[in-house]
Amino acid sequence: MAVLTLPANSKIDKAAGRKYPAPAGAKRVRKFVIYRFDPDSGLNPRMDTYEVDMDACGPMVLDALIKIKNEVDSTLTFRRSCREGICGSCAMNIGGLNTLACTKACDEVKGDVKIYPLPHMPVVKDLVPDLTNFYAQYAAVKPWLQTRTPAPPDRERLQSKEDQEKIDRPSACILCACCSTACPSYWWNSDRFLGPAALLAAYRWIIDSRDEAIGERLDDLEDPFRLYRCHTIMNCTEACPKDLNPAKAIAEIKKMMLERQH
Amino acid sequence: MKDYEFIDHTYDVVVVGAGGAGLRATLGLAEAGLSTACITKVFPTRSHTVAAQGGISAALGNMGEDDWRFHFYDTIKGSDWLGDQDAIEFMCKEAPAAVIELEHYGVPFSRTSDGRIYQRPFGGMTTHYGEGTAHRTCAAADRTGHAMLHTLYQQSIKHHAEFFVEYFALDLIMQDGACRGVVALDLATGRLHRYRAHTVILATGGYGRAYFSCTSAHTCTGDGGGMALRAGLPMQDMEFVQFHPTGIYGSGCLITEGSRGEGGYLTNSDGERFMERYAPNAKDLASRDVVSRSMTIEIRGGRGVGKDKDHIHLHLEHLGPEVIHARLPGIAETARIFAGVDVNKDPIPVLPTVHYNMGGIPCNVHGEVVTSKSGNPDTVVPGLMAVGEAACVSVHGANRLGSNSLLDLVVFGREAGRHAATIVKPGQSHAPLAKDAGDFAVSRLDRLRNAKGSRGTAEIRLEMQKTMQRDAAVFRTGDTLKEGVAALSKTHASFADVKLADRGLIWNTDLVETIELDNLLGQATATIVSAENRKESRGAHAREDFENRDDVNWQKHTLCWVDDAGKTRIDYRPVHMNTLTKDVEPIPPKARTY
Repeated sequence: MAVLTLPANSKIDKAAGRKYPAPAGAKRVRKFVIYRFDPDSGLNPRMDTYEVDMDACGPMVLDALIKIKNEVDSTLTFRRSCREGICGSCAMNIGGLNTLACTKACDEVKGDVKIYPLPHMPVVKDLVPDLTNFYAQYAAVKPWLQTRTPAPPDRERLQSKEDQEKIDRPSACILCACCSTACPSYWWNSDRFLGPAALLAAYRWIIDSRDEAIGERLDDLEDPFRLYRCHTIMNCTEACPKDLNPAKAIAEIKKMMLERQH
Repeated sequence: MKDYEFIDHTYDVVVVGAGGAGLRATLGLAEAGLSTACITKVFPTRSHTVAAQGGISAALGNMGEDDWRFHFYDTIKGSDWLGDQDAIEFMCKEAPAAVIELEHYGVPFSRTSDGRIYQRPFGGMTTHYGEGTAHRTCAAADRTGHAMLHTLYQQSIKHHAEFFVEYFALDLIMQDGACRGVVALDLATGRLHRYRAHTVILATGGYGRAYFSCTSAHTCTGDGGGMALRAGLPMQDMEFVQFHPTGIYGSGCLITEGSRGEGGYLTNSDGERFMERYAPNAKDLASRDVVSRSMTIEIRGGRGVGKDKDHIHLHLEHLGPEVIHARLPGIAETARIFAGVDVNKDPIPVLPTVHYNMGGIPCNVHGEVVTSKSGNPDTVVPGLMAVGEAACVSVHGANRLGSNSLLDLVVFGREAGRHAATIVKPGQSHAPLAKDAGDFAVSRLDRLRNAKGSRGTAEIRLEMQKTMQRDAAVFRTGDTLKEGVAALSKTHASFADVKLADRGLIWNTDLVETIELDNLLGQATATIVSAENRKESRGAHAREDFENRDDVNWQKHTLCWVDDAGKTRIDYRPVHMNTLTKDVEPIPPKARTY
């Protein structure tokens, strides 16, 4: 019988977790249980518990993480930038769901706030996953305008309001990777399945009235894995912190694939 | 030091930063066939350009009469006659072509009913030299920066530009007064990389995080300015810090000026539309410095809203769900998440919030960094360029107009790339670097990484931010500025006593934040010292002890050098009152009213 083993650093050392109590006098205390992995140490990951005085903390999970980093443990490592849900840096798994720490209110999480890196990605350190493959898949769908007709020399290409409306939402993706890393098909086949984020990017260009490479774009997706590993599980749409609908985009691409066979 | 062996690279040009300006420069260089590396501390689409909302200005005239000369006039008036008129002419004249190019790249602009790029009114943007309201700001709903940044990144992939993502630039390599390259830390591996280049372009953005409350991202720490100061170069016009009128009360998140462009307005505790008193013509669409001051006066006069009467209301309820949905969907989302407000029903609590640095690394119209040396105020620093918010061209002078920032990024990003391509030939040979090139950066890195002082990075940073917030605010006076200079000098000195907990090299954000703090401290010092020094009121710099603009003594750019110990030196550069060509006449100074 085949024996499957987990990669060396994927097992959490339950006994190693450290505990940081709330400061004396704190009245509204919540526990943040956070995945820690230090690649320099050679040790397995652990879960550290930080008690935070919520009366002295901003409302969002990112506020709590920054408070911990500033006041308790400056080794805690995570990505963050805009803190308003537009840059996509602070995507992580909070209370079992992939989302952005900056727009997730602590009050929306029940019980202890458990925080892990985005699932099924190699972890560089603490809450920082390696997104190299995710970015490469985005680039693989050639996410730029492709045309044969030359652009008018001194004015914009025209596009109707209705046509613009079609690309308006799909182009609002922030590449946070919440959707792709919530998808079981992506967990199993991220080497060959492009995942919802890259497919949403492909869709955004397929339906852009200015783009003239729809045929080639669909040809590139005509593959048992790249597109068709989507089994409409819908975790992507559920996870999207921007309320976008990658599952629908994928379904639309599949429909176009069918239609062009007739 | 074995931990720190360099990995060496040679490129024609290295761009530091991958926001709008850095990407536009990178893209042009890649197209021109120069070997180009773009080093960025965050993945390109996470740069702060992504958060720009309202739009990009250009006199396209899609929604009414417009002319780039009107734009030129508005920008000079907005700058309170501190902007260089040659640079402003260049920017406004190039604007239509730059925006059309963005559309050709695929930016998903909102559209008019005849399919052209949608344009909305913005503060200070007029027709016929102040007569009418211009529809000049090209928008992709209220996420124009997002649309632009993603499109520019997509074009960069298309042109096979080479990126070093999550590499943190530490210091410039300077030899004999010329820039020869840059040293960067690869966060993922902790390895140091040394880049040799004919030209380094700094596109590192602003330093909003020098303040306690700002719309800027956590990563806006002015790293290019910090590197330039350490290289012995001055910063220009640092006293001019823009407070955006509508940051959300509490979180500081930005609510675009486009919300007022679409018809939103401000009220005080009496429910009065008070901007009608301060700016009878432009009202809520007066220039940002004017609106921020008016709001501050209302609050000081006891007419603020809320329990503590310490903020102002921004109303969008009357616009109707359709306009909100089509034009301001991001604002509706941000207000709901960060203020708990349904903009269709209730006003948004807002407060003037630090937003943009008009000051930066002085440079000329081509992006070449300049300094004042041996009596020549336009001495070019060979091998070094700067673009975007990191730079001070100066097109914004004492106060930037909304939507001129995204324009600045693409126009000067493009020009820097174009100019670098004229002075560097592909594959041109490189002189060898000095043996100790980059050692300065390494010893600094090593010292900080092993710092065992008594003050945490966050503690020093907070102290700096509170001082700046208190003493270099919307209104300033000599006494509080002097107090601020003294307090900040103590804070700066205490950086020698910093302590780190993370000693690792892989993704050591404790270390990165400490180096960022070092960059911030230099620029905060330049800001408050320059503010104390300038004894007049102009644009965003409002002195209560010198209430008027003083063109006789102060129509000049401040240069401020800051050494490692925080010691400063001040000098000046003349404002360019000449235009670049005969296409337009210079605009002589006059009283500035809206």
